[in-house]
Amino acid sequence: MSRRIWAIAFNTFKEAVRDRILYNLVFFALLLVASAPLLGEISIGVQRVLLINLSLSAISIFGIVISIFVGISLVSKEIERRTLYPVLSRQVGRGEFIIGKYCGLAGTLLVNTAAMTAGFYVELLLMTRSFTRADANILIAIYFLFLQFIVIIGLALLFSSFSSPLLSALFALSMFVAGTFAVDLRAFATMAHGPEGWLARAASYVVPNLASLNVITRVSHDQLIAAGLVGYNTLYTFVYAAAAASGAVLIFSRRDLK
Amino acid sequence: MLAVEILGLEKVYATGFWRKKPKVGLKSLHLEIPEREVFGFLGPNGAGKTTTLKLLMGLISPTAGTARILNQPWRDPAVRSRIGFLPEQPYFYDYLTPVELLDYYGVLSGVSLADRRLRIPKLLERVGLAEQGRTQLRKFSKGMLQRVGIAQAVLHEPEVVFLDEPMSGLDPVGRREVRDFIHSLNAEGKTVFFSTHILADAEALCHRVAVLNKGELRGVGVVADLVAKNRSRFEIVWQGPSTVPAMRIFGNEPQVAGETARAIVKENELQAALAVLKSQSAQLISVNPVGGSLEEYFLQKLGESAEVPR
Repeated sequence: MSRRIWAIAFNTFKEAVRDRILYNLVFFALLLVASAPLLGEISIGVQRVLLINLSLSAISIFGIVISIFVGISLVSKEIERRTLYPVLSRQVGRGEFIIGKYCGLAGTLLVNTAAMTAGFYVELLLMTRSFTRADANILIAIYFLFLQFIVIIGLALLFSSFSSPLLSALFALSMFVAGTFAVDLRAFATMAHGPEGWLARAASYVVPNLASLNVITRVSHDQLIAAGLVGYNTLYTFVYAAAAASGAVLIFSRRDLK
Repeated sequence: MLAVEILGLEKVYATGFWRKKPKVGLKSLHLEIPEREVFGFLGPNGAGKTTTLKLLMGLISPTAGTARILNQPWRDPAVRSRIGFLPEQPYFYDYLTPVELLDYYGVLSGVSLADRRLRIPKLLERVGLAEQGRTQLRKFSKGMLQRVGIAQAVLHEPEVVFLDEPMSGLDPVGRREVRDFIHSLNAEGKTVFFSTHILADAEALCHRVAVLNKGELRGVGVVADLVAKNRSRFEIVWQGPSTVPAMRIFGNEPQVAGETARAIVKENELQAALAVLKSQSAQLISVNPVGGSLEEYFLQKLGESAEVPR
């Protein structure tokens, strides 16, 4: 990573920290504390399933909200406040700026997710008194959630490169919802014929396959995740994010800053 | 060598949502600015000054034309390390301190760590912010932000500095300090290209000025010549209103207040006017040159149709 991209990424991370984005961790901690009495009422096996579902869903929701709402403002806020002018008047390419911003928010979410993961494992240890091999499997589900965030940041950046923050949020949220049902969309595409079939097939390729990146239920029931799926999802995310970022760079490079 | 060479830069904005209407931001602009010059870009609000600077900084794309900075194409990334830019009413990352902000911009400009450590404290001292180096920018006044803006524009020791309304929003002391700073930059051998609508600043600082209005270049001139050229009229004050009818031959109607009369005459008519007063036995009180300010040239150019000198 070039020094300039690294500097922009680090500055983005610093902004998130100083603008108290990571305060969501406090809410996450409160959620875990508040759920403890509730979980105490039920048997230990069910307790574990509930804790995994509750914690990973919270990690997912916090992460998606940050990805969309911070993602859409990454570029638009800089344009609106004109903080971008002293940056782009230097030898900083617009592509470098977009990539730096992308990496900065991804780094913020990595720290955020890691902190919530640590909190979750502490709670799990308090509940079960010891870790089992299946508990390590949960890390894969969390890794997949992080891949989801990477995809959503890419989409938020892409949309914000050509539309208003409100529309960008709406588009990104719609893609997230559609992506959650990507499997159903693909099933529909195989069944539909004619123009609907073509349309559904095209949409199924454009919409991110977030369903494949959600294995929370499987890990909560101790089902193993195949190494092949980890590799496939990593590659898929890399390609999808690269395509979204390329689109954002392409559009942003031609844009006049007013 | 030319520091800046603008070759027909033009910008037309498309406004409206459905049916786009063209709006001219800048009509074909030609300008040449030699190295080591302080060049003032004058014009009322909406004249096209900021559009020109944004075009030169690569923040917007031209509809037509090109430019060269320090003999290189203006969009060449190599040029960027040799120029500095202060945007109009700058706003910086308010969660950073001046030291952090300058360090960030230093990295982006390719300044080494050793140089950043050396230059940042000196620069903050120079713009009068040595004691606020570790205070978050969200606590800064507009004038302090302007100083930070100037510091970031020269941090990487550029050869050409572009300043968009550098005195805007400053109090008289702040304006004086920025003036002194621009003088010192020029004394160091830097070319300064700055836009302003405050004519006194341009008159005090610039070697040459260009007047822009409604996106059109109206004139370019050497400040000293323009001021001297306009200093070609004289105000005569005398006692004896009975001489007024005789003085009307010089064009303007003399103004009378009690026993005192006042008239403005051209330089080539001064001796004749004085002779008339002497022949009428009027008592001469004073003869003073009038006008001669850049303001007159500016107002004259705003009223004229476009011309395109370099």
